[in-house]
Amino acid sequence: MPTLTSLRFKNRLYYVLLGLGGIVALAGMYAVHMMEHYGHIITGMNNQIVWGIPHVFAIFLVVAASGVLNVASIGSVFGKAIYKARAPLASLLSIAMLAGGLFVLMLDLGRPDRIIVAATHFNLTSVFAWNIVLYSGMFSLVAVYLWTMMEQRMNRWTTPAGFAVFAWRFILTTGTGLIFAFLTARQAYGSAMLPPMFIVLSFAWGLAVFHLVQTSIYAWNEKTLDPAIMGRKKNLLGVFIVASLYMVAAYHFTNLYFAHKIGFERFILRDGDLYPALFWGGYVVLGNLLPLLLIFLPGLGKTRCVITASMLVILGGFALLYVFIIGGQAYPLDIFPGYEASSSFADGQINAYHPSLYEFMLGFAGLAIAFMITTVSVRVLNFMPHDKPYIAD
Amino acid sequence: MKLIAIFLLCLCISSAWGATPYKLDIGRGGECVKDPQWMRKNHMHLLRHQRDEAVHQGLRDDKISLKNCIECHASLKDDSAIARDDSFCVACHRYEAVATDCFECHTGTRKSAWQKRNAK
Amino acid sequence: MTDVDRRGFLKTAMGAAVVSIAPGMFLFDMAHGGEAVSSRVRWGMLIDTASCTPGCNECVSACSRENGLSGGVAATDSQWIRKIEIKDISTGRAVSLPVMCQHCEHPPCVDVCPTAASFKRADGIVLVDRHLCIGCRYCMMACPYKARSFVHEPLQDQNPDVPRGKGTVEGCTLCVHRVDQGLKPACTEACPNQSILFGDLNDKTSEIAIKVRTVASTQVRADLRLNPGIRYQGL
Repeated sequence: MPTLTSLRFKNRLYYVLLGLGGIVALAGMYAVHMMEHYGHIITGMNNQIVWGIPHVFAIFLVVAASGVLNVASIGSVFGKAIYKARAPLASLLSIAMLAGGLFVLMLDLGRPDRIIVAATHFNLTSVFAWNIVLYSGMFSLVAVYLWTMMEQRMNRWTTPAGFAVFAWRFILTTGTGLIFAFLTARQAYGSAMLPPMFIVLSFAWGLAVFHLVQTSIYAWNEKTLDPAIMGRKKNLLGVFIVASLYMVAAYHFTNLYFAHKIGFERFILRDGDLYPALFWGGYVVLGNLLPLLLIFLPGLGKTRCVITASMLVILGGFALLYVFIIGGQAYPLDIFPGYEASSSFADGQINAYHPSLYEFMLGFAGLAIAFMITTVSVRVLNFMPHDKPYIAD
Repeated sequence: MKLIAIFLLCLCISSAWGATPYKLDIGRGGECVKDPQWMRKNHMHLLRHQRDEAVHQGLRDDKISLKNCIECHASLKDDSAIARDDSFCVACHRYEAVATDCFECHTGTRKSAWQKRNAK
Repeated sequence: MTDVDRRGFLKTAMGAAVVSIAPGMFLFDMAHGGEAVSSRVRWGMLIDTASCTPGCNECVSACSRENGLSGGVAATDSQWIRKIEIKDISTGRAVSLPVMCQHCEHPPCVDVCPTAASFKRADGIVLVDRHLCIGCRYCMMACPYKARSFVHEPLQDQNPDVPRGKGTVEGCTLCVHRVDQGLKPACTEACPNQSILFGDLNDKTSEIAIKVRTVASTQVRADLRLNPGIRYQGL
């Protein structure tokens, strides 16, 4: 039983956490204000690296937001009881991260004041425009799904709502992958591998985020997660990590097979200084191999190991996105294949990128907003997973 | 209660202060498209309509265009419709608290003056 | 509500309706200064790389002058046209040529733009409607020629004919403001060797149409099948 003092302490801690989140979010708003006032010149982005750190954060949040719904889908679509108990929390996290990701994406625009134009002028051939529909649809669908789960009279609609969310999230992650898959000319992108790769990556990142939040909530409520449940979920995370490593490997192998993409692969995997270091050290070793060891090595796999593994998976995700988004633009766009090129506009040169503090402030503000939405919701509503005493499946 | 009253009074006074209209510098002025009252009400519709036709269809109306508005209405002192607080566009829009987004991209300077200055 | 009241109300309502429709009627009646551009015309260029001098930057400076660009070459500066020096890796043959927006028939920038701010005019000129551009930079990612620049700083004192502003994407307009007046693009006029031939590719009797029919010319990244309106000779 929690004592009065511990409750008081928690109450205070709650407001401190909320305040910290608020400060980070405010710092992000300040960065936005500065970018509005001075223009993007104060960021590290330029005419060669047009998408930078904000996009790394935004895409991570959006991809993880769809991935975390996997937990809910396994419950509602495949009828697994322990996942069903966690579906509300997963849905909440999805809404929170989507909000955080979109916050970053919208406020990085050159003219964020014109965001309404994106709703009134719609270009049907643009995957960006589709994504606007997909994101807003996701918000409403997940909200309805949450409602069917949390309002008892609506419970019988949970399964159809769960199916709809399940389908929608696949389409949404496909849409995110297509943003890059539709770029015909860039060596790094323009691959049909990307949508499925993003879907599998979303599984791992979403589950990793879920693990972290779930553990915090259990600790907050002074409960211990049933080791059997933990065991099943850590194995799932392991499977997702292996699967995402496989997709990333397949993407790079197909590129290595195409002669016109070998230069790019050499750059990303071997010669590009920071990018190979981040790819091998950050993504492959820290983000995949180490978590796999922590999960599967005999004697390990306890709660603390799984938490560390989850954190590493998230860090690895950021490393991979940095390499993918910024490394992909840093490698020179080949306008004249078979020729060496040089110009005043950085043709034929590796493009330099030095992210500025403002970009990080905006990116972290996205995380802070997701954090605040989660913290407040978890406090005012009942998102604690309630497991049945006997788990049938 | 008293505090609120004082606060409201302060707000009213300050807003009334801020809203003191300047005497407009209408530049060369005169009636060209329609009468001033009509133009006050509808100039934005004209500009918007003309803007879409000019950009997308290349229909460049010599009369109904932002450039032509500025040509006449820019101040005779500094050749600008936006440079000062009493400039033609600024004074009115500030009074009405409506942003003039046009000039984030368009120049507020009279074209003839701009060309003369940049001829060298 | 009494009868008198109702009548008064209806009168006001009618008045309001007239007031709100009137400008629309006026717009409808408005006389246009000419004819809308049509797809009977396709503007294009033929650039002769053989006569383009390496190191010569006249077209680039003319573009900056005409469009009010700073002419700077920092990574955040706009460059609508640039000179590229290329060298065939296997044979060592070097060529110098200007590259700008290629005004594709199937422009990727138009396909990806979420708000349809990137658009192709009926006469083949690819433009950005800066009134709709939200500054997402997706077109810059999609363009195979790196023809687009993003305005990174607030601007002042633009050319009255060439509005540009912070937070939007821009690129070569083929000097649309000149073309609509019957003039040639600034780079075409500035080239000391007359290496840039501008004209209507659809008009079979035009100089450019005759030239592309009789000499070998190529499009950059022709493999992408975007059918650019800019062609290069001697590449």
